Amino acid sequence: MARDVVATDGVQLRVHESGQHGAPTVVCIHGYPDDHTLWDGVATELAPRYRVVSYDVRGAGESGKPRGRKAYRLDQLAHDLAAVLDAVSPDRPVHLLAHDWGAVQAWHALTGPWLDGRVCSYTSISGPCLDHAGHWFRARLRRPTPRALRELITQAMESWYITFFQLPLLPELAWRTGLAQRALALFDGAATPAVTDAVNGVQLYRANMFPRLVIPGPRRTDVPVQVLAPQRDPFISTSLQTDIRRWVPNLAVRELPGGHWLPRTQPSTVARCVSELIDHAEGGSEARSLRRARRTGPQRKRFADTLVVITGAGSGIGRATALEFAEQGAEVVATDIDQASVERTALLASTLGPTASAYLLDVSDGGAVEKFATLLREEHGIPDIVVNNAGIAVAGPFFDTRVADWERLIDVNLWGVIHGCRVLGGLLVEGGAGGTIVNIASAAAYLPSRALPAYSTTKAAVLALSQCLRGELAEAGIGVVAICPGFVHTNIISTARFAGLDAAQERTARQRVTELYRRRNFTPRRAAREILRAVERNTAVAPITVEAKVGLLATRLTPGLLRALARANLAP
Amino acid sequence: MAAKRVVDPADLVKFREVQQLAYAGAQSVAQTLEPGVTEKQAARRLREYLIERGVQDWFHTPFAWFGDRTAFRGFRTPFQFFPTGRRLAENMPFILDCAPVQDGYMADIGYAGCLGTNRTFDQLMDDLAEYRALVVSRANDGVPLRQIYLDVDALIARQGYDNRHRVYPGRVIGHQVGKVHSRLPRSVVAGFGIRSLQTLVGDLIVERMHHRSPLWADAEISDHPATPGLWAVEPHIGFRDVGVKFEEILVVTGTGSAYWLDDDLPHVRRWQRTAAA
Repeated sequence: MARDVVATDGVQLRVHESGQHGAPTVVCIHGYPDDHTLWDGVATELAPRYRVVSYDVRGAGESGKPRGRKAYRLDQLAHDLAAVLDAVSPDRPVHLLAHDWGAVQAWHALTGPWLDGRVCSYTSISGPCLDHAGHWFRARLRRPTPRALRELITQAMESWYITFFQLPLLPELAWRTGLAQRALALFDGAATPAVTDAVNGVQLYRANMFPRLVIPGPRRTDVPVQVLAPQRDPFISTSLQTDIRRWVPNLAVRELPGGHWLPRTQPSTVARCVSELIDHAEGGSEARSLRRARRTGPQRKRFADTLVVITGAGSGIGRATALEFAEQGAEVVATDIDQASVERTALLASTLGPTASAYLLDVSDGGAVEKFATLLREEHGIPDIVVNNAGIAVAGPFFDTRVADWERLIDVNLWGVIHGCRVLGGLLVEGGAGGTIVNIASAAAYLPSRALPAYSTTKAAVLALSQCLRGELAEAGIGVVAICPGFVHTNIISTARFAGLDAAQERTARQRVTELYRRRNFTPRRAAREILRAVERNTAVAPITVEAKVGLLATRLTPGLLRALARANLAP
Repeated sequence: MAAKRVVDPADLVKFREVQQLAYAGAQSVAQTLEPGVTEKQAARRLREYLIERGVQDWFHTPFAWFGDRTAFRGFRTPFQFFPTGRRLAENMPFILDCAPVQDGYMADIGYAGCLGTNRTFDQLMDDLAEYRALVVSRANDGVPLRQIYLDVDALIARQGYDNRHRVYPGRVIGHQVGKVHSRLPRSVVAGFGIRSLQTLVGDLIVERMHHRSPLWADAEISDHPATPGLWAVEPHIGFRDVGVKFEEILVVTGTGSAYWLDDDLPHVRRWQRTAAA
């Protein structure tokens, strides 16, 4: 449904509307060089729950295209927004969603006298308040610390086109010759604008940049605001958009994977973030991810408001990792093939952190993992960190290892991780907000030994999978971390299978190896601390113990020595 | 032999009285603990409380452990057991441990508490009940002490905790106690009363000759059912930076059956309240 609204200076604004009548209204404002179709994807996602309004900003799409610089001043654009609100929701405050120049206008209107009491929440994407930007530049010029200088230089390099648009005729020429369009096509999610729209929009820069940046005023708002800052925005640095807390006390900041045109490339992520803010502003409960985006300061625990899923969390490194995450503020979902032990993990974790829950899960069963993922989504939401920890051990010579041993080992150690990455990691991809997948490999992944052919094979596969996946998921902002523990004193040995030994010999072997591990005395808790650190640093391959670190170095320096050592019979 | 093997009922009454006095002292001092109080101050309060009520000598003088010291984190030498200047803070766990001697009758008790609330402490205290039931039932069945120790270890592992009594000298979960007979002067060396130590050393020598030990640990020497007499048993479990324990006397009769000397103790009452709730 479309209608026209007349602006205070007589310009016609084309307004489009969709979604649920009577539901909270979201008013979407596009940037430059775009028109209201920028929001098509987001509007489709929001329409089932909200009333979605978008309009062509003056100079673009089907709205009027006044000539002259004055008609594009921010004060006039704020009047336009107020006129649209008068027309679409005269009695009820609305929620704003704006991108690029749309966000610049919305900031200006919101922090000025135009929209008092008319706005319930505001989600800004890739468009700062120009006055805030002015303050940002001044603060950094006043105190040119190395960091401030770096930020200034980065931003200046990203803003080259702003200077270009101040030049006479050349910008218009660039659009009319098609040069600008070709440059624009290089960016992810950019649409080719109509030439007249693109030329008209240049006035936005000429009319507003200098006055606002050179003499910035104090502009504040108490409306709940969230800034969605794309991590790979080629035009606006994250700091410029987000260092605004002193004017915006009720601020949530989310750095999202993606480029400048998030509404077009990640419509469902944008819609989810917007609906979380709207629901909270309308009196609903606050989503975990929004809570995380709002909290700052030294009081915040390292993993506060983070959802962590851990497989094989009933014992050993899995349990210790669950406890460590809980102690650092994370909400933990622990899974294991043993119900009693995983419930115990959740109970202990809940004494250290916010909440923890336990689920029975056999990671080797793909169907079961899928069912669990559905349940996880419904009950807890999309996780931020997935730890594929569940694993078993088989030792002994290759020709003594039965096919059944191989199959069980590959089912748990490799298929378990594949399903974990595929299904649980899939949730991270779907969430669009980044995250981390942690795969527990082993130092045996790169240290060959005749004693552990089967186990090493599965762990080497996990290491390879992790590194390939890391490459694939980098652009989704998802880190993939491979952990290679080494000798950590857990109960993996007490359940290990020793190929080629009878029950009595196996028992003796287990005792002897357990004794070795006990003497080594590297606790799962220390390993867990290293895992948390690796998650924070997004380490590609994290060897934990000294032997794992030295071993990794040796694979590069003296692989021949390792191959020689592989011949040593270490069988207990 | 310094400790009498089988204790007559009149003596049991006296042992129970000293144990009650010691627990009353610990509880009373626990109620006075405020944020900022040091371990040394708490230990002194307990010592004064007991001396005022007629305690003349010590198997060991009172200990107080605050915060992660309740779990003996970072303990390398026995001197670290002694009270320090560590200050108590809100929601911090603590343990008071003392072994007073009155008229030759000895008690050895451990009292775990917490200033304010601490969910980890509460969970540990709830789980501690299982150890009291396990120890007495296994001892009553005549199971060798070493095996009971290993059973306790298995329970600790199952619950996801770690064994903290292994930090005590000799890794002991318990030791024999008895009436103190000595002509040595009453004095305390390095926290231990020399009269009681004389008793214990005498026991060590006598028992060693029978391939037994008055100290209850997981070594070969403890591979025998509990010898008749009195045992102070102190399972001490820890989880991260919190440790809890109880310590009280287990009576082993001449026929080998075992029972706790007294059930009217703070930790037992706590579990009864929890079960009723």
